[in-house]
Amino acid sequence: MVTNHSQHISQQFENELQDIRSRVMAMGGLVEQQVTNAMEALINADAELAREVISFDEQVNEMEVSIDEECIQIIALRQPTASDLRLVTGIEKTITDLERIGDESVRIAKMALNLSEKDRPKRNYRELQSLGNHVRGMLRDALDAFARFDVEMALRVAKEDREVDAEYEGILRQLMTYMMEDTRQVSRVIDMMWSARSLERIGDHANNICEHIIYLVEGKDVRHLSIEKAEKIVKGEPID
Amino acid sequence: MEAVNEQKNVARGIDIQSMQRGPRVNLKDETTCLEVKDFNLYYGDKQALHGINMRIPKNRVTAFIGPSGCGKSTLLRSFNRMNDLIDSVRMEGHLLLDGEEINSPSVNVADLRRQVGMVFQKPNPFPKSIYENVAYGLRLQGVNDRSTLDKVVEKSLKGAALWDEVKDRLHESAMGMSGGQQQRLVIARAIAIEPEVLLLDEPASALDPLSTLKIEELIYELKDKYTIVIVTHNMQQAARVSDYTAFMYMGELIEFGATDELFTNPAKKQTEDYITGRYG
Repeated sequence: MVTNHSQHISQQFENELQDIRSRVMAMGGLVEQQVTNAMEALINADAELAREVISFDEQVNEMEVSIDEECIQIIALRQPTASDLRLVTGIEKTITDLERIGDESVRIAKMALNLSEKDRPKRNYRELQSLGNHVRGMLRDALDAFARFDVEMALRVAKEDREVDAEYEGILRQLMTYMMEDTRQVSRVIDMMWSARSLERIGDHANNICEHIIYLVEGKDVRHLSIEKAEKIVKGEPID
Repeated sequence: MEAVNEQKNVARGIDIQSMQRGPRVNLKDETTCLEVKDFNLYYGDKQALHGINMRIPKNRVTAFIGPSGCGKSTLLRSFNRMNDLIDSVRMEGHLLLDGEEINSPSVNVADLRRQVGMVFQKPNPFPKSIYENVAYGLRLQGVNDRSTLDKVVEKSLKGAALWDEVKDRLHESAMGMSGGQQQRLVIARAIAIEPEVLLLDEPASALDPLSTLKIEELIYELKDKYTIVIVTHNMQQAARVSDYTAFMYMGELIEFGATDELFTNPAKKQTEDYITGRYG
């Protein structure tokens, strides 16, 4: 219900909470860059950039582990309650989703490596490019919503996930047609399918992050609910 | 679809229902033990409690939290008329125990205190043997039969999770016990006369962490039989032991609700500020 912006009596505790928040933002920025680079590597057949994405994953993992450690320290030493508790647990979950987005970027980068050695299709992966932009937008907005504790924005991002899913279905159908038209393309199309799948998963993780934001700001659990129900819960309207 | 899922779960021997958990308790489903209605209390000219309204549920642990001077101990002490001992105290409104007015002139205060036992911050055993400490209340009531007393002493000490530690030295002085043991002895003394309500005023604040855990464990066990109201400065303790929590501030009841809810998602900003340790 309430998210607290007034100061803690313990300045040290205040600093610790500020610190994990800003580190989540830093991790989010890194992960966002990974997604962007992976997509660029795919579109531009840039093997060098793809390798860079793969090697940067270690940093993402390290950040997850160190933020996680800090959260555990805070729980053990400060015994946070109410909005502080929700912040710490919300961050724990958010970094798990961020780390997985990092993993999906690596998958896309690996596909980009495979595809960089093959002929470019005429459309130059335009479908994937559009899905990629959509998903990157979701991730960026989810991170903004986290930075500002903006529930309205989190709900808007969560709404996008349905469109991303529909777009993904459309791409799958299209790719299946390609395979049937020209069986020599099967291996390349499968790589594209995996990439599309990874992008769709990134959308799901961005959606999860939005659910964590809603929980940590409002104390309301909207996981596994339709977006309509989630909106009603956030507004405090009755759901049937 | 649901029917199919249900069948599957039953077939796998999984009871999904039992894993789903909302708040453990709900005030609406409780039987009221103590009821406070529009209650005001004044020390001379100074008003210490302002229009308190609450229902304390039976066989549950209710914790009062709040900063020093917020009135939580004053309210607790009103439940067994400990404030009667202070001349300047004036009260308005109603305090009901099982629907009966606590402050009614027809209430015998000694009887009331037998029903509403109290344990204080500092253990206060009598300078007598362990046995005589526990038997004290019964002896006051005129019970002197040895075998009855033996039974009650054993049962109460077991109830207070102290029996195994003291059974071989029942006739030694209670003053030689550790602080934690003394506090459990005082609780044994309180439950020996089988009260309905136990009021605990900071029962563990003078104890080390392990003794504190023992007292908390004891509180958990005692709630099957007694309605427990505890005042504590230790919020983690309130969170651990209580089913319901009341947050008081400057003589007012700010928020009262299920402990699970109050510590994860309080409804009022003042509660939030207090339990998270912020400036108001």
